[in-house]
Parts: sequence; structure tokens; C-alpha cells
Amino acid sequence: MSLRDEIREAAAPYPDARSGVMNGLHLAQEQYGWLPLEALREVADALDLTPAHVQAVASFYDMYHLAPVGEHLVEICTNVSCALAGAQQVVESFERELDLRAGETSDDGKVTLRTIECAGGCGSAPVVLVDHRYREPTRPDDVAGIVVELRGG
Amino acid sequence: MAEAQQLVLAGADERDLTQLAEYQAVGGYQALAKARGLDRQAVIEEISTATLRGRGGAGFPMGRKLSLVQPPEVAGKPPYVVANADESEPGAFKDREIMRRVPHRFIEGCLISAHAIGAKHVFIYIRGEYLAEFEVLKRAADDALDAGLLGDVTLVIHRGAGAYICGEESALLESLEGKRGQPRPRPPFPPISGLYAAPTLINNVQTLATVPIILDLGGKRYASLGPEASPGTVVYSISGNVERPGNYELPLGTTIRELIYDVGGGIPGGHELKAVIPGGSSVPVFTPEEIDTPADFDSIQAAGSFLGSAAIIVVDERACMVQLGLRVEKFYMHESCGKCTPCREGTRWMVSLLEKIESGRAEHADLDLLRNVCNRVLGKSLCALGDFAVWPIASYIDKYRDEFVAHIEQGGCPFGGESSLEGVIAPIDQHTHSPVAEVPA
Repeated sequence: MSLRDEIREAAAPYPDARSGVMNGLHLAQEQYGWLPLEALREVADALDLTPAHVQAVASFYDMYHLAPVGEHLVEICTNVSCALAGAQQVVESFERELDLRAGETSDDGKVTLRTIECAGGCGSAPVVLVDHRYREPTRPDDVAGIVVELRGG
Repeated sequence: MAEAQQLVLAGADERDLTQLAEYQAVGGYQALAKARGLDRQAVIEEISTATLRGRGGAGFPMGRKLSLVQPPEVAGKPPYVVANADESEPGAFKDREIMRRVPHRFIEGCLISAHAIGAKHVFIYIRGEYLAEFEVLKRAADDALDAGLLGDVTLVIHRGAGAYICGEESALLESLEGKRGQPRPRPPFPPISGLYAAPTLINNVQTLATVPIILDLGGKRYASLGPEASPGTVVYSISGNVERPGNYELPLGTTIRELIYDVGGGIPGGHELKAVIPGGSSVPVFTPEEIDTPADFDSIQAAGSFLGSAAIIVVDERACMVQLGLRVEKFYMHESCGKCTPCREGTRWMVSLLEKIESGRAEHADLDLLRNVCNRVLGKSLCALGDFAVWPIASYIDKYRDEFVAHIEQGGCPFGGESSLEGVIAPIDQHTHSPVAEVPA
């Protein structure tokens, strides 16, 4: 199925097709890896919206990427409960192992490292999300293994 | 010690209740059949008798909310049920566990509520990060559909995409309509004009998952559990500096002391309790002298804070309160949607003043200014985020003033780099977030 058809199908259960814009952006991002202008246009065309509206929506939410990200995404929660459980040491371990600062993508385009706000894993902190899957808890000692896994896969 | 009393999570330790057959084996979906045999008003009365108060934060009685929803024959528009599964208050993680372990009980509650207001559409708005929970819920919904349990109701599961503000009900409705998640002025409230300007019932996951239990037990019997003004159980989420963090379903009114020391196993490493946040990061903090407060809606409010989402964050003596304030305030600054000036600008002012204090560059007048900014933001925005950005900071200053003053008088952090929160990078510090690289032609 084309992206356009997928977006329209996902919007069908809503009484108003405009409600399909968030699903549409998720689907487009899965295909493109991020949301270049071309992807925003496709979502807009599929739902009869303006590209400006779609971009306004996309820029509001943290999970939509308006700039390219790595093949793998490593996200570390540093909100209060994770911070109290040592999230900063986990950030520093990833920074060391990946030779990156939080917020950066590796030169080979393989990995993006960033910190995120509370992901709802406070009971098993610190929480790390690798490609949207929760690794909880992740201790500084676990980091080297995760990086090997990412570099290999 | 508080006795565990499982209602919402009942049966999930013994069986895999994500499976429809297993849920039905413990009486699942019988409450729905019972409700569908009653007229709408009778279902609303049962829930009103139970005096079930919303578990999402505000504690609003669900029965009253149901009775405020305009019936289709009055409104001339189809009513909707919206489940708020956008759980994103720092410290809260109960809805995640409910959806992952008892998805059918939650869906059953949505369907009973739909019957009560005559709705043909149910929307579940689940935060985007909860991908695994979305998958569990989707499969449960598909199984319920295949088994014919949805009847003539369309159930839509809508994924969010990372925005704290969408847990606020009017922002959630905007987002569900395909817009930026910015709160609406009220009135009108959602029961009159909500999703697509139609009458809308909007409730939290745990509240909805409690509805089948009320139909099973009967409203009267449910109302007899726990304290009179807020009966029933709540899933407390305990996190921070505690031996056994996690979710614990207990009767409302368990004291904070019991939650920290009995249920949570106390503070590890021989450390001392310094502060406890009783309802998620947005609420005023309690000092160790205040922990005998029962954790129910009214008792916590009488003690000057809020039960909120029952997220208890325990902080030991190694944390610098200015750093804690900074971490919390950077979150609210990042999540402020930008619509109301006091919240948008005030959060930035507060972060900048807290940074000045933490770095030792502040004077006494800066602390007074910070407290003054708090007062000028409080109560001046369309939604509660502006208040959430103020309550914690104002309470840290008021209850731990000596520590703030010490930063000013010593010209730096008295923890000398040894605070448990030292150096924490907030996403707002990364500056690479969502840059707009291109502008549509």
C-alpha cells in the first residue's frame, strides 16, 4: 500500500479526517526516518490539509523529527526520578562510549543520542529507550553492551 | 502495614489477563453485559453512588461528570468517550501498568461509560512513548471486536507524539482533532462541548478501569471501601530514593510514611529522608515532618498539597533543593505550550533565576524576585500548567529557604559538586531539539 493510502486508511475511523494527521506523521516518519518537507507534503496531500498546518503540528511534538536522526535512536530520561537514580552517569557513559554529546548524531549516521523527559518508567529507573523500546533499568555498566549491539546491528 | 487490596489489578498476578479468554474466565465483560441490560440513568446512578473520584489528578467525581454530559437528544450531536492515557506527569507510571496488564478491564470500562452516555465512539489517547502498551491495547481491542463485545461502538486508539500538555484534557482534545495540543478556554467544559464541539466524557485510564468493578460490586459496596470522601483503591507509583520502587494498589488514605517505609522498604544506603513529592512533580513538596498525612484527595489537600496522580517521589538528603527546583522547572519550561504569556515567559524567568542562585551569582533580591515571579504566574493561565510550574518551586523556597539563602551567602552550591542531582542534563539544554530546517513554499 502506498504511504498516501496508509495515511487515509488510518484516518478513516475518525469522524473528521483531520484527526488523522498525527498517525499520518508517525507513518511518514517510519518510512522516511525523519520528516523532510517532502514527507510533510505527502501527509498534507493525503488528508487535504495545507503543508503549513502539518508542519505546525509536527513541530509541536517531541517525537517528530524535523531534522535527520541516526539509524538508531538512544533516548535517556533525566527527569526527577531517573535523575535521583543516577541518569546523569548513564548519559555520561553513553557520551563516552559513543564519543558524542547528548543531542548529537554520530558522523556515520548510525546513532543519535538525546535526553528526554519523563517516559513513565520511574519505578525501574534510570530508563533508556533504544529505538522506542524501553530498557529499564539501564545502569552505567549496561551501556557498553548496548553500544556494541547498536554498532553491530 | 497497609494491606494490599487489588481491584483494578485484581487477577493479573495469577493469570495473563491480556488474553481475552483469561479475562472472561475471571468474569470479564460480565459487568458490560449487566450495564447494557440497564438503562443509561441506572448506570450513572451506580457510579454516582460509588462516589468514584477521578484518578487522573483532579479527583472530580465521575458520576457528576457523567450526569453533566448532554444526552444526544438534547445536544443534537453524537456524544463521545475519550480515555486519557497520556500519562506524563513526572513520577507517574500507573496507567502504563494497567494498560499492559489489564487492558480488557480498561476497555470494558470505556464501553460501559459509552453505554452510560449513549456514545457510539470511544477514543483512547495514549502517549506516543507507550509503544508496547499501544500494541497490547490494540490486540485486546481487536480481540474484543472479533468477539462481538464492542456492539455498535467504534473504538479508536490514538497515539500521541510526545507532549506533556496533552494530558490536560482540552489540549488532548485539540490534539485528537489533529491540531497543536494547546488548551482551550473554558467554559464550555467537555461534557457540553468537547471533541468536535460535541458532548464528551473524558476520564483517566484508572478511573475507567474501575468502572467494571463498580458494576460488579455495586456502587454501595464500592463506596464502603476506604475513606468516606474518597473510597476505593488507588495505584500509588513510588519512585526516587526508595528501596522498592514500583506500583502498589492500596486503599486510598494509606499514609505517606507507610508508603515510603513499609510499602517502599525505606531509603537505601542509610540515607535520610529530605523531601517527598506526594502527587507527581507538579505539586507542593512535603518535609519529613508532614509524612503522617494520609495519601487521599482531601487529607493531602488539607495539608497544602495534592494527591494528583498518586505519584510519590522520595528524595534523600544528598539532593540540592535548588538543583531539584531547576530540574523540575526546566521540564515545565520545555512543556509550556506557549499560548499564555505568564506561563511561557514566567517559566523562563524562573529557570534563569534558579540558575543564577545555583551558580552563586545571585543576591538576596533575586530570591525575592523568584518568589514574586511565582505569584505572578499562579492562576493566570488557561490551564493548570502555569500553576504546576509554580507550586513546586514556591514550596521548595518556602520550606527549604535556608538552603536557597546558603547558595547566595556562600556564593555557590553548598553541596560543592556532591549533590545527587549534580550536572543533570535536561532535554532543554541540548538545543538541537526539533530545529525547523525548511519552510514550506
